[in-house]
Amino acid sequence: MSLVLDAVTLTYPDGDGRLTALDSVSLTVPAGTLTAVVGPSGSGKSSLLAVAATLVTPDRGQVVVAGTDTGPLTPAARAELRREHIGIVFQQPNLLPSLSAAEQLQVMAHLSGRAPKSVRGRAMDLLDAVGLADQAHRRPHQLSGGQRQRVNIARALMNEPSVLLVDEPTSALDHERGAAVMDLLAGLTAERGTATVLVTHDMTHLARTDRTVTVQDGRVTEAVGA
Amino acid sequence: MARCPDGPPRTTLVSMFVAWRDLRFAKGRFTLMGTVIVLITLLVGLLSGLTAGLARENVSAITGLPADRLAFAAPPSGQSVSFTNSTVTEDEWKRWAERPGVTEAEPLGIRTLNAAAGDRTAAVSAFGTEPGTGLAPESGRLGAGKAVLSESAAEELGVGVGDALRLGPLEATVAAVSGDASYSHTPVVWTSLDDWQKLGHSGTTPQEQATVIALTGSDGGGVDWAAGDEAAGTEARTIDDALTAIGSYQAENGSLQLMRGFLFAISALVIGAFFTVWTIQRSGDVAVLKALGASTPYLLKDALGQAVLMLTAGTLLGTALAVGIGALVSGGNVPFVLEPLTVLGPAAVIIVLGVLGAALSIRRITAVDPLTALGSAR
Repeated sequence: MSLVLDAVTLTYPDGDGRLTALDSVSLTVPAGTLTAVVGPSGSGKSSLLAVAATLVTPDRGQVVVAGTDTGPLTPAARAELRREHIGIVFQQPNLLPSLSAAEQLQVMAHLSGRAPKSVRGRAMDLLDAVGLADQAHRRPHQLSGGQRQRVNIARALMNEPSVLLVDEPTSALDHERGAAVMDLLAGLTAERGTATVLVTHDMTHLARTDRTVTVQDGRVTEAVGA
Repeated sequence: MARCPDGPPRTTLVSMFVAWRDLRFAKGRFTLMGTVIVLITLLVGLLSGLTAGLARENVSAITGLPADRLAFAAPPSGQSVSFTNSTVTEDEWKRWAERPGVTEAEPLGIRTLNAAAGDRTAAVSAFGTEPGTGLAPESGRLGAGKAVLSESAAEELGVGVGDALRLGPLEATVAAVSGDASYSHTPVVWTSLDDWQKLGHSGTTPQEQATVIALTGSDGGGVDWAAGDEAAGTEARTIDDALTAIGSYQAENGSLQLMRGFLFAISALVIGAFFTVWTIQRSGDVAVLKALGASTPYLLKDALGQAVLMLTAGTLLGTALAVGIGALVSGGNVPFVLEPLTVLGPAAVIIVLGVLGAALSIRRITAVDPLTALGSAR
């Protein structure tokens, strides 16, 4: 299962006119590969991620997630698609303050209508995979920044997504912890066969990606290793 | 898309996950709000018991009458009927007795005056009725110089059966002590209509007069009350409607009900305000959950479940406290009624209004844009 953006154009209202955030962007991310999206601030990276996450509907073009054309889907069906097929690693961990690390993962099952207790084992396995099995009972304020980001990554993988969208996961981390997170993402992508899109400013992490594309002025202007 | 089912099972949506953990995590906030609900419920519960107690002291003698309607003297144009201003004549109650379908038309005299027994005095309401009619308890014992006292009247005057008392200018003997009827916050003393007619100011009340006519229709109905009023020159009211003819009841009950109404409104507003602030505070969490795939109904049920849980717990505790305090004070001189309606009624209203207030606040969840979760710092 892969992610396909085909001639996607996205505009936002801007005064009397409209601002073009994405201009006929086409991008295919095969399963099991990690594609980095780089570019200056305001170039359209976040818009690309938002479109891929079905959080915003493009003006034109087609977004296909795990074989499903997202264009005709209702908001409820998009939410369903996000639950079942898309994992999002937010720039900031965005953990829910009242939940423990394990519950941050279990809530994903609850959203899908499954009993949280039934997925406790999988949650613990994922926390173990990100090196936090012994921190499962801790709440976000009891975890370090790096630990929170790892919980963020584990949560995104909880429902075994086909597509993993990662938004600057190392921006709040020091170099060492950032490198560890990148190793983790690259390893999980290969191991679980997700189509991973990584938006980043940090060029030092590009060596761990399978492919890098550059977005500028809303266009994919450069592809490295495509 | 093969893996896009219709959605989570409804049974799972009903259960709370995040909201339940929020309750435990934000203990301080929810305890504070819960305390407010407990106190409002306590206040409403006490006020309801007091309102019912005061109402009973005001009207129990009227509501306890075995009659369908009370006929008042028709008031002057533009005025309402009142017990104070009503005077009916023998001719009027005889006309009513002749109406088709009317099985009983009994004159009833009502007058508030001082009673005395030994060195004790008390304000009482003298209810005069024909002996043996059934309007008064133990009415067969009424007769010339014979009075039936309510328990409160007997207690206040310190008398029992066979003791003497003075009702205004009338010397009487206690024939029986029965019931706990009161009228306009005074205990009731039942006398014969003849004796009651001697209680008028300066003893000038004409023999043939009473205050109202207690009317009872046949079981099958069929009484043309309007025609009866026209024929007799009276205005017949149902017992419930007749209560408004007691001036003090209308003013007192209206004020207390207004206070209760304001308290209900305040509770809904306070709960609504709390959940408005709470929803705004957690809008970031809601955006994240939406971005992760939570449906709007899931989030609404989660939040509303939280509100219902807090409201129910707070209201039950407040009601329990009101019942406890009510039980303590109702044994004394405080007129307090502990009944299912006065206890559970306000609790149910607070829960319903609170849920309504919370629902109006929580609906802003539908407007939260999951896109804001991208790039937000939390």
